Order: sequence, then C-alpha cells, then structure tokens
Amino acid sequence: MSNIIEIKNLRKGFGDLKVLKGVSETIKEGEVVSIIGPSGSGKSTFLRCLNLLEKPDSGDIIFDGKSLIEDKVNLSLHRQKIGMVFQHFNVFPHLSVLDNIILTPMLEKKLSKEEAVNQAKELLEQVGLLDKIDVFPRKLSGGQKQRLAIVRALAMDPMVMLFDEPTSALDPEMVKEVLEVIVGLAKKGMTIVIVTHEMGFAKEISNRVLFMDDGQIVEQGSPQDIFDNPQNPRTKEFLEKVL
Amino acid sequence: MTLLISTLGVFTKYWPVFLQGLLATLLTSFVVVLFGTLLGILLSTIRLSKYKLFAGLVETLVSFLRGTPLLLQLYFFYFALPQIVGMDIPKEVSIIMALILNSSAYVCEIFRAGIQAVDPGQREAAESLGMREKYIMLRIIIPQAIKNILPALGNEFVTMIKETSLASTFYVADLMTSYRIVMNASYKAVESLIILALVYFALTYTSSRLVGVLERKLMASV
Ligand SMILES: Nc1ncnc2c1ncn2[C@@H]1O[C@H](COP(=O)(O)OP(=O)(O)O)[C@@H](O)[C@H]1O
Ligand SMILES: [Mg+2]
Repeated sequence: MSNIIEIKNLRKGFGDLKVLKGVSETIKEGEVVSIIGPSGSGKSTFLRCLNLLEKPDSGDIIFDGKSLIEDKVNLSLHRQKIGMVFQHFNVFPHLSVLDNIILTPMLEKKLSKEEAVNQAKELLEQVGLLDKIDVFPRKLSGGQKQRLAIVRALAMDPMVMLFDEPTSALDPEMVKEVLEVIVGLAKKGMTIVIVTHEMGFAKEISNRVLFMDDGQIVEQGSPQDIFDNPQNPRTKEFLEKVL
Repeated sequence: MTLLISTLGVFTKYWPVFLQGLLATLLTSFVVVLFGTLLGILLSTIRLSKYKLFAGLVETLVSFLRGTPLLLQLYFFYFALPQIVGMDIPKEVSIIMALILNSSAYVCEIFRAGIQAVDPGQREAAESLGMREKYIMLRIIIPQAIKNILPALGNEFVTMIKETSLASTFYVADLMTSYRIVMNASYKAVESLIILALVYFALTYTSSRLVGVLERKLMASV
C-alpha cells in the first residue's frame, strides 16, 4: 500500500503556546486511523495541519508524494483531494443542499451542471438525503447537516477524508446515522483519519489508533493494542477516564 | 399662528430656491454614496488583504477619517487640495471629494465588519474543498456578509443626506445653502429653518423607508 500522507517532525505553536511538539506519522492508502486523546492535546491542530488550514511552524507534510509546505505549491488543487468534515458541519447556509454539493465541483473541477447534479443525487441517495435536495440547511437536523457535509466533501472525489470529531456537536440520537455513513466509507476502502471521542466506534473501524497527549503521539497501535493492552501510563490514565 | 402664516409666506415666495437646494442635496448624496461605496469597497479589500503594509496604511487612514470632524476635513480639502495640485479647483470638486473620501472610510468599516462577522468555519470549509480565493470571497463570504452590510449601507446614505448640509459652509449648492439665500433675501431665519427642517425630515424619512424596502427585496434574493 502506498503512502498517502507522510508527516515529518511537525511543529506548530500559537504565540508562546507549543501545541504540536514534533509529530511524525504516515497514513497509508486504505487505512482508517483514529486519533484519541484528552481535549487540548493538539488533535484538531494536527488534523488541520494536514490540509494546511493551519500552517506548520516547521516539519513537512508530503501528500501523494509532494510536499505541501513548498512556496509554489498549488494548495487548492491538493486540498481538492483531501476531504474534511468539521465538528460544527460548516455547511453553506445560503445555498440549498444541492448547491452546497455541486458548487465546488463545478467551479474547480469544471464538471458540467448535469454531471455534478447526477453525482450529487447518487451521493445523497447513499446517505439517505435525496428527499432534501432542494432544502436549505436551516431546515436540516444536526445529523442531516453532517451527512450533507460529508457528501459535499465526497463530491470532490478525495483520496483521503479527515474527520474532526464529526459527532461531538450532535444530539445523542443522531450520532448513529453519521457514524454509519463513515463506516460505509471505510468499508468501501476510503482512507480515513478521524479524531473521535467515540471509543467503541474507533475500536470497531480503525486499523490503527493514535493516542495524542501534550502535542505528541504518545502511543499508537492496533485497536486491540491500545484499548485492551495500553503500555504508556498516560494512555492508561486517559482510557480509564473515558471508558 | 403668525409664525405659521409667515412660514407659509416664505415658502410660497421662495419654494424654487428650496427645490433647487433639495435637488442639489439629493444629487450630491447620491454621487457621494455611489463613489464612496466603490472607494470603500476598494479600501476594505486592501484592508483585509495579505499585504500588511497597505492594510495598515488603510487602517490608519480610515481611523483618521472617522476620528476627525467632517467639517475639518472639508476645510482641509477646500484649502489644501488647490495648493497640492497647484491649480484652481472648483470648490464643488474639493468639497465633494472630501465627502466621498469621508464616506468611503465608513463604507470600508461597514464592509470589513460585515465580512469579518461571517463564521470563520465557512472559509475553512471552502478552503478545505479546494476552492480558490476569488470564489471563496464571491460565492461563500460576500453573499453571507451582504446580510450584515446592506442595512448599514442604507443608513450611510441617510446619514450622508444630512452631512452634505456642511457643504453650505462653503456656499456649495445644497439644501442648507438655500437657507442662507432665503435668509439673506428675506431676513426670515426661523421661518426658513422650519421649512428646511421639514424638508430634511421628509427626505431622510422617505429614504429610510425606501432603503428598508430595498433591503427586504435584496435579502429575499440572497
Ligand atoms: N487558533 C488558535 N489560536 C490560539 N490557540 C489555539 C488555536 N487553536 C488551538 N489552540 C490551542 O491549542 C491547544 C490544542 O488545541 P486543539 O488542537 O484544538 O486540541 P484538541 O483538538 O486535542 O482538543 C489548545 O490549548 C488550544 O487552546
Ligand atoms: Mg479538537
């Protein structure tokens, strides 16, 4: 399996606060990698560095064989291949469900309206939102908004999907419908990096689990390693609190 | 009662002067807000750009224009502009340019605030999809910022109708100047002030209403 993202000695701070203290990691094609760890440990910052929503202070991000850090890199072109789903959905409130999905493929991938609409319908069907195609986001529930956000990202046909706590802002009864969509993606072989507090879910879908604390990946391994037989005392302590 | 009769008297005799002033004020306000808006958009674009030096310069200029009296700015342009350019400039031009510059500072702030009030998550989502900067602004940020911008821009027009009255200080044609003309001809100060107040109020009231209607129409379409 080829490497999709290589992260080399990544450092990032905000002012005096050092948030990432030298993180190295490789994400391979088809892998599902979960990131767990206490709040404030730098999980979101790490994820947001992968598509350069945060600019690293030093280190390198190699995506699909090319460094994203170089000055002349065409960042938006690379970002098209890296889908991202946010905790607070960030769907576009001024656009209908359909327009949320087709806007970027039409503007940036030069898809014809017909192609884009057909693709959108197919994706909406898969997540059970086809009947909402002409609705505006304010009429959607949290779970529906998040499914829309996932579809919007998928419409760019990305090589990897990044999820930052996709169910943390949802009412409990809506968590399942979103997790099911993500499981479906994993089953189809999508490469996924997901920050999550849903430990059962992480255990179920991940190939690998990374435990982050204080700006570093403290421990990593298979879900069995991490959840059933953690080695690092900080991992143990964290898991005791959340499980 | 006598005041009412004498006010009516002044009005019947001098109404063409007031009408002329009214038209001048409307025209000036329109020109000022139009060009002030265009210049203000340009300034806010620079202000929000990544060119920190120019952004800083604009920020300083805008704070200065907002932090000094308009009348002072009018005097400054009235005296300084011909000196700087080194030739005679009609006072109308100097005054209108000062009004435009002043208005553009407020419009710049209106746009900056409107754009920055859009949830940063919107930009992040667009960036993460791989949208280029121009589309992020044109298709995601500005359509959402319009909701914050339009009401404030409408208020700016109404404010400008009142502020152009300062141009009368320099005998530049406007509604307030018609007071001076009538006053000099008839010595009826109170009467002409009453007429003026009513005309100004009618003007700002109707334009507020018009702006309100326009806003609702535009809001419904975005
Ligand atoms: N834009 C920012 N400016 C300043 N501090 C930030 C910013 N983003 C995150 N931080 C800080 O960095 C630390 C790590 O944040 P984050 O990566 O969001 O952690 P996590 O996702 O693990 O909860 C926190 O202390 C947070 O307050
Ligand atoms: Mg986080």
